[in-house]
Amino acid sequence: MQDLKASLIEVFGECHLVEAFDELTLTVDSQDIIKTCLKLRDFFSFDTLIDLCGVDYLTYGQSDWNGNASASGFSRGRNHQGSEDRHEQRFAVVYHLLSVSKNKRIRVKSFVDEAEPIIKSVTDIWVSADWYEREAFDLMGILFENHTDLRRILTDYGFKGHPLRKDFPMIGEVEMRYDEDLGRVIYEKVSIESNINIPRVIRK
Amino acid sequence: MAEIRNYTLNFGPQHPAAHGVLRLILEIDGEVIERADPHIGLLHRGTEKLIESKPYNQSIGYMDRLDYVSIMCNEHAYVMAIETMLGIKVPERAQYIRVMFDEITRILNHLMWLGTHGLDVGAMSIFLYAFREREKLIDCYEAVSGSRMHATYYRPGGVYRDLPDKMPQYLASDFRTDKELKVMNENRQGSLLDFIADFVKEFPKSIQQYDELLTDNRIWKQRLVNIGIVSASRAKQLGFTGPMLRGSGVAWDLRKNQPYAVYDQLEFDIPVGVTGDSYDRYLVHMEEMRQSNHIIKQCVNWLQKNPGTVMSDDHKVSPPKRTNMKDDMESLIHHFKLFTEGYCLPEGEVYRAVEHPKGEFGVYLISDGANKPYRVKIRAPGFAHLAAMDEMVRGHMLSDVVTIIGTQDVVFGEIDR
Repeated sequence: MQDLKASLIEVFGECHLVEAFDELTLTVDSQDIIKTCLKLRDFFSFDTLIDLCGVDYLTYGQSDWNGNASASGFSRGRNHQGSEDRHEQRFAVVYHLLSVSKNKRIRVKSFVDEAEPIIKSVTDIWVSADWYEREAFDLMGILFENHTDLRRILTDYGFKGHPLRKDFPMIGEVEMRYDEDLGRVIYEKVSIESNINIPRVIRK
Repeated sequence: MAEIRNYTLNFGPQHPAAHGVLRLILEIDGEVIERADPHIGLLHRGTEKLIESKPYNQSIGYMDRLDYVSIMCNEHAYVMAIETMLGIKVPERAQYIRVMFDEITRILNHLMWLGTHGLDVGAMSIFLYAFREREKLIDCYEAVSGSRMHATYYRPGGVYRDLPDKMPQYLASDFRTDKELKVMNENRQGSLLDFIADFVKEFPKSIQQYDELLTDNRIWKQRLVNIGIVSASRAKQLGFTGPMLRGSGVAWDLRKNQPYAVYDQLEFDIPVGVTGDSYDRYLVHMEEMRQSNHIIKQCVNWLQKNPGTVMSDDHKVSPPKRTNMKDDMESLIHHFKLFTEGYCLPEGEVYRAVEHPKGEFGVYLISDGANKPYRVKIRAPGFAHLAAMDEMVRGHMLSDVVTIIGTQDVVFGEIDR
């Protein structure tokens, strides 16, 4: 892996490369994603896109200590221990690449803005990106430029919202039932209440 | 002359050959497929969202419900991701138990695949034979975890408990005579390991039986040979892994190429196909069952010789012993903290993958230092395989669609998540 790291630094510069848990993470600007991916495929022979997903950093490092979970809060005389590492841009698109021929892996990460969550599609580089990008669009609301068929994939026909975003409630927004009078299935606002059994705690 | 037009056919979502809830919109010219548009998500349960709201240990059960025919392999990827981030060492005996059950799971999965694939293309009896052997392995699941399917057996730090000393036996009932009961319980007199050792001894004969039924069967070959050919370079481009990639002739197996647990200490081979058609993938699956059998045999030998602990003794992660809790305050506190709050992972991100029976099953875990994951992305092998459905069925006949669904080994628990 050190060889790969050295040659990556040569091409992309050191500041974007992080090594942790025997894995390399390359963070690139969303403008450069096509250029970077082409280089990775053609010069570093990353022939397979193993995975692509979106990440929402909205509540990163926030815990339930300070009262957003219940009226009295869960803080039992402790100071807030959340991470100070705020992410400037809300969304990240994460690519996991695998080189079958060289037996290497790399993770490529690219941040996009909340106002304009658009990134270029890599479907022309790896065909398998097609469904993964549809999934990231469906669940996270990230748009992929030049994707030929960016439809929802996992959620219901006519679903509203992007469920894996951190501001989407876990209980959902609508519930469905069969209405006898209308003779069809109707959607209504959820009737259940959100409830946290075990608070989110950050300890270092 | 009358104008001949293509028509659209809706296949599924409730169809016995759809292997669950797959809806295919097929554009057909006569009986030739022009385009296939798989609609998935009918089994979407929001697993990734649910995992974000629970402490780490409570999500192991969700892993079982992803690919519900290869249960323990799913757990393996998840606990490995947690263990890597916490930096805890897993006892060697637990590693061997995990590998043994991973391989039992592989046989379970491949038997299910073989049975249903046979059923799809018109072979009835293979299904019955495959499920006869599955029953024994599911009994092993039950003996070790108490559950026939959703085991929740692997835990961060090891496995939930050691292998039982006694294999559960069939009880007397009105439906069987004493003589029949005695025959049924013949191989259940010893421990679980003895039972598995007996299974491993007998299983090659069963594979031989499947082989005789199918491999040279004219109908089987007519339905499978040259159906759904994928070249090696195309398979990589499409993100194939597991038997789908190996069927195309690429010798890629995470157990060999990026070994985890104790796979580097075991001896086994990686079968590869030549043409990359459905028949080659069938042969790869068959040989993988033989290899898994061989791995289980080595694990049984090792486990019989090496007793020991199966759980890390780091009680920040693994629960302390009940008996210690009675008079040791520290154990009591550990127990209380573990079951009310869980444990916190250090901040960071990790991706860990295992060679799942269907391909590469990976868990991408992001932690912000809390007792719950910040984000978990599950990389399901079937998702990439099904995405290639359109490309694989183009130009084939309608009946071949069923063969290709079968050969891809899709399970909707993992694809829809």
